[in-house]
Amino acid sequence: MRKSDILFFIIILQLFSICLLALHAANEQEASLFRLMEKQELTRQFGLTDLCIVTEARYTRHPAVTDLHSAFQDAPMSFEHFPSGSFISPPLRWMREKHD
Amino acid sequence: MIEKQRYIIDFTISALLRRKGKNITLLVSYTLVVALLASVMFLTHSLRTEAAFVLQGSPPLIVQKLVAGRFDYIPVEYGKKIGAFRGVDSVKGRLWGYYFDSFTGANYTIMAFEEMSLAPGSITIGEGVARIRKIAVGDMFPVTNYRGETILFTVASVLSSSSSLVASDLILMPEKDFRSLFNISPAYVTDFAVTAGNARELPTIARKITKTLPDTRPILRDEILRTYDSLFSWRSGILIVILCSVIIAFLIFSWDRASGLSAEEKYEIGILKALGWDTSDVLMMKFWEGAAISLTSFLGGLVLAYVHVFFASTTLFTPVLKGWSVLYPDFRLVPAIDAFQVAALFFLSVVPYTVATIIPVWRAATIDPDTVMRAYR
Repeated sequence: MRKSDILFFIIILQLFSICLLALHAANEQEASLFRLMEKQELTRQFGLTDLCIVTEARYTRHPAVTDLHSAFQDAPMSFEHFPSGSFISPPLRWMREKHD
Repeated sequence: MIEKQRYIIDFTISALLRRKGKNITLLVSYTLVVALLASVMFLTHSLRTEAAFVLQGSPPLIVQKLVAGRFDYIPVEYGKKIGAFRGVDSVKGRLWGYYFDSFTGANYTIMAFEEMSLAPGSITIGEGVARIRKIAVGDMFPVTNYRGETILFTVASVLSSSSSLVASDLILMPEKDFRSLFNISPAYVTDFAVTAGNARELPTIARKITKTLPDTRPILRDEILRTYDSLFSWRSGILIVILCSVIIAFLIFSWDRASGLSAEEKYEIGILKALGWDTSDVLMMKFWEGAAISLTSFLGGLVLAYVHVFFASTTLFTPVLKGWSVLYPDFRLVPAIDAFQVAALFFLSVVPYTVATIIPVWRAATIDPDTVMRAYR
């Protein structure tokens, strides 16, 4: 087998894997529609406002409705106390209020 | 023409294999860099897509009361005033807060909920609470009240695990129990959920609320949705950090390539030119070299990222997301891939690398072969 054939075979194999994964994504999206609607209904029923991704702080558990928070409020040397705070940026509402 | 290209590719791969160690290291690190960036893209896009769908069910307008910059319990009287505005369909007081469980060290979201007709002294808990406390339906759940006394609640039901992403840390209890637990007067609620007959009137209603009740803060559902859209956007802290590391990594790759070829590579180009290769052939060889490494790394990185995010539940990012949280929801994301982001990643990784490979070769390939061979012998 020529070396160029091996390279093409690897690229085709990778493209085939990506096609399979795209198929998996499409199937999962269809299969989980009911699950998503169930979650939406639960959100409506309980009147929830946020996703439960991070539970460590008020402003990361409920970023949409939390009170304002500032750097150094939790500890004198703490610019950002919680690791998830570096993942979750401040709500858009605050920035808009700042610009207003 | 095709046959010529295949011979060039054959030669390119042989050349790559001559420097096996260096090129395999390059291929692996390149794949990992792409996988890392693609993982962040897949994770954030899936979270944004899921939030946009699920939070369509959240209240259209939330009204909070602010005291000295922090939110406070809002008087029920305010609800009556809001209800009197034209266009307001319903105003429902919500009672909710947080409960720190000293036994596990976890924070729960505790909420009063009447519509489930829970018997006094009984609660409904989220899957995460049941998991962390190792309790099931019928078990007792102790909660410390405002006087420091322990009150035992019976678990009436556990929410399904499919609801984890919205309700993993939730404890639902009757309103009376909630008020007596935290000593909250019946004259107050946490906030109001407001609905309007015509959704387009909501911004006007929100403006009226701010004008009439200046110590309140209305939050529209659209703002909640936009918040989630921006939470996991490119501007988010860790995304910038990861993006910067990736850009720096690519700069190092490109710098290594653009700053010049190794003496061995230059000597090789000199020999090829002396053997009768055209400058275009040498450039084509280096193009295939760059393309073979960057394309296989890009495609491999994409596959790895998909497996990492949607099959392995983002194992690598869990420590960052989890942080200090004791209760971490066990959720499985619905795969959502943004073709634009994938295209952006392609142009950010494959194109610069391939171009950076060609430029120094072009410089070396245009010099007289005799000079190149004598200089680098």
